[in-house]
Amino acid sequence: MDKGTVTIKRGLAQMFKGGVIMDVVNPEQALIAEEAGACAVMALERVPADIRAHGGVARMADPKIIEQIMNAVSLPVMAKVRIGHFVEAQILESMGVDFIDESEVLTPADENYHINKHNFKTPFVCGARDIGEALRRIAEGASMIRTKGEAGTGNVVEAVKHIRAVNDGLRKIVSMELEELVRYTKEIGSSLELLLEVKELKRLPVVNFAAGGIATPADAALMMQLGCDGVFVGSGIFKSQNPAIRAKAIVDAVTYFNKPEVLKEVSYGLGEAMPGLEILKLKEEEIMQKRGW
Amino acid sequence: MNIGILALQGAFLEHQKILTKMGLNSSLVKETSDLDKIEGIILPGGESTSMRLISQRKKLWSELKLRLNLGLPAFGTCAGAILLSKSIVEEDTETLGLIDVQVKRNAYGRQVDSFDDFIDLKFSPEKAYLAIFIRAPRFEKIGPQVELLAEHQNQPVLLREKNVIISSFHPELTDDLRIHSYFIDIIKNKGR
Repeated sequence: MDKGTVTIKRGLAQMFKGGVIMDVVNPEQALIAEEAGACAVMALERVPADIRAHGGVARMADPKIIEQIMNAVSLPVMAKVRIGHFVEAQILESMGVDFIDESEVLTPADENYHINKHNFKTPFVCGARDIGEALRRIAEGASMIRTKGEAGTGNVVEAVKHIRAVNDGLRKIVSMELEELVRYTKEIGSSLELLLEVKELKRLPVVNFAAGGIATPADAALMMQLGCDGVFVGSGIFKSQNPAIRAKAIVDAVTYFNKPEVLKEVSYGLGEAMPGLEILKLKEEEIMQKRGW
Repeated sequence: MNIGILALQGAFLEHQKILTKMGLNSSLVKETSDLDKIEGIILPGGESTSMRLISQRKKLWSELKLRLNLGLPAFGTCAGAILLSKSIVEEDTETLGLIDVQVKRNAYGRQVDSFDDFIDLKFSPEKAYLAIFIRAPRFEKIGPQVELLAEHQNQPVLLREKNVIISSFHPELTDDLRIHSYFIDIIKNKGR
């Protein structure tokens, strides 16, 4: 009998496919997410929009908050650690958190290195802006990838940029000859072994979700049509006027992402979305996606 | 023959890949009209609550329940097995109720307790089968008409009643096609 194998870790991510993972900060929100049909929840102390507003160093949530959420729902529970902070990850693993997000939304603990995720039985998800970054995280043991987008902005533009960059890289790899792939490893900073695997699979070897700025059912469906396997919604639900209804609408939009008549129906009379931020107006130090490499 | 795969949430494409490998036609089931074209249905792994709520909001749930009760063959894996069971331990959540089993969600613990192990398939004993259990449910209170097809450490993990089979593990995550083949034989033999 084996535990924590690659198949088992990546397998849980495969069970999330076609689903929505929602940020929640307390058991009440977790129950709203469950009732909406979320496939997992991300337990946090603050949603990204509030992390932005709060400023200072953002760290792993208090285990008490995470535990309360784990006890409230039967869904898998994820939680975030700082980039490179393997001790925060050890704590989450010991608590039995189902998935760990090594996240740029928190203040990085290590400017050079991400966590060696092979050392854990708990699977990890990491953000990526392009194919090279995605494959570097997979090389470190990530069992799932998500676009970084720009969290807490309610602006989908960066997530779109990142999934398009990943898709562009995938297309190139699939069409390249061996000698071209060898050169491409240098350009994108990834191993030949992983490029050959991508070429064979014609996709990333792990599940790839959208994240960072998804605020409406249409945003979620856009990311699905661009090839994402599912969607994370952070601030977009609980910073909107009507979280319970919006949560359901986004879940339905991910399932019926290519049926405009359903998308119209679920978008109808949703109330105000979260207030959005323009990326160009963010200060350099406010841009989260540049954390990590 | 065309096999439907419930495609609301979860690992439905993994099932489709296996059926394609077996040379079979399949189609994704998202709406009630999709049920007209199929001779059997697979309910995949994923989140059972998500699948139930999405299908209930879209009237697919009641139509699916009707077809299943009229004898549409079904194969449920993990979350799909929960949906097909008669009831859920300590919950009054509605299920499709096709197989006389009480199911306990996440009975083996959380993700860190997920595991793989070899089991013996009663219908194919020549070679051990590597079963992958992810936050797996456990089948309890099994009715007299339910046939045991495989067990792990004395716990039932693969069960059949008439033309419905359920597994607490994930055949869609392996390359071993035997359980899918067994389901296809059930469809071909009209339940026997």
